[in-house]
Amino acid sequence: MSVLLFKVILIVLIFLISLGLAAYATYGERKVAAFLQDRIGPDRAGPFGLLQPIADGVKMFLKEEIIPTVSDKFLFILGPSLFMVTALMTSAVIPWGTPMEFGGVSYPLQVADINIGILYVLGVVSLGIYGIMLGGWSSNNKYALLGAIRASSQMISYELAMGMSVIAVLLMTDGSLSLNVIVEGQKGLNWNVFYQPVAALIFIITAFAECNRTPFDLPESESELIGGYHTEYSSMKLGLYLFAEYVNMFISSAVISSLFFGGYNFPGLEYLQTVLPTNLVSLISFGVFFGKILFFIFFFMWVRWTIPRFRYDQLMRLGWQVLMPLAIINVLITGAVITFFGN
Amino acid sequence: MQLTNRSKVVVKKEMSFVEKLYLPAIFSGLAITIKHLFRKKATLRYPEVTREFAPVYRGMHVLKRDEQGRENCTACGLCAVACPAEAITMDAAERNKGEENLYREEKYAAKYEINMLRCIYCGLCEEACPKDAIYLTDRIVHSEYTRGKFVFGKDVLVEKVDERIDISKRKKSYKID
Repeated sequence: MSVLLFKVILIVLIFLISLGLAAYATYGERKVAAFLQDRIGPDRAGPFGLLQPIADGVKMFLKEEIIPTVSDKFLFILGPSLFMVTALMTSAVIPWGTPMEFGGVSYPLQVADINIGILYVLGVVSLGIYGIMLGGWSSNNKYALLGAIRASSQMISYELAMGMSVIAVLLMTDGSLSLNVIVEGQKGLNWNVFYQPVAALIFIITAFAECNRTPFDLPESESELIGGYHTEYSSMKLGLYLFAEYVNMFISSAVISSLFFGGYNFPGLEYLQTVLPTNLVSLISFGVFFGKILFFIFFFMWVRWTIPRFRYDQLMRLGWQVLMPLAIINVLITGAVITFFGN
Repeated sequence: MQLTNRSKVVVKKEMSFVEKLYLPAIFSGLAITIKHLFRKKATLRYPEVTREFAPVYRGMHVLKRDEQGRENCTACGLCAVACPAEAITMDAAERNKGEENLYREEKYAAKYEINMLRCIYCGLCEEACPKDAIYLTDRIVHSEYTRGKFVFGKDVLVEKVDERIDISKRKKSYKID
């Protein structure tokens, strides 16, 4: 099998998994919400309501498509498309498992092992704000614009703390930005979260903010901004926005688990590699990684139904006056410890 | 005066460092919500599962027959008089020869109608009835598309001979024969 063929298969698989998981995350969100509130949740479409995402998708497609006459048509359509594309693009640098082997050749389970992996993730994620910004601005609606402005200022404020918290991790992996190297440096239970709990905490909090999830869902706070940046959107364009939010959640769960929670590593992986065939171990490691991702997606939902939304000034104070200094201090302390005591 | 010991006095004081971290509060909140994940759910899957009604529940009416399958109602009109919502109307008729197996006494209701939209389910008709003929049951009046369909006639109200409606719970509650 040529490398190209393997990569194409991998890309298509990851694409399908991201979309399928995002679809079922909507179902999961409703179920988790229901269970945390002592309800049952959707259970009419299929057994346990498992066909609900399909019914929702069909509903989204069949709804009337409305483009406001006063809107900038090109940007109005570009907004959700860009948001979705950037959400999907991030998955390229994530190592999904240990390498597979076909005919003596090793194929890494990663679409692109670029040496600036985590930088690429941060870069693409910050591009995603253009999707929200363009959508909100081109709608020609004050609520949408307010939502878009909130989203962009929130993203900019939290990206700094996010980048700073990642630097502390990079210091520990000899400065390599490749996600593959970062994950490989966390063999067994040697996870970064045990060495960098503060960085992990900051990263998780900022990831919540970057995904516009509660308690940071001010851009779409329906009680004050109607729908936020997607107020004017309808039909599948609205669907893309809602859907991309779940893809974002999936990707950030993947990034959180590969940066701080060992990625596909788990205690006993090395032992399994000596006993079981390579490809089977690869699948097992992928399964473990997937389990971690699912846990973090559940965590996202769990927090959503626990904590109420921030006020805007609280959000800004937390970002600039708490997380930023904390992240910088964390980097300084990590640097000092590495300089004086070695790794 | 203190009614319960759950009340909390609100004090506007400076938060301590631990409180300012918010994290302990967030984690205790997460613990509370995760507990609810394993609680018994309050929802009933309604059409498949129905909630148990109280014995005194007053739902759709039934016109009873006696043990031999004869209608109890004699169209005396006491229920219609007692009805505060004026939901009940009836036409009386005399029993002919050969109808003794259908009607218990010489007079019977040829037409008996209850407008279910007017009815307030107070149960006064049941109290007024001297012949044990009308009872409110734990059945729910189902929804319809037109108002006309809510006027229930004898075809709906009178119980079928082979399909008796159980009213023992209501009989016990306060009616003494």
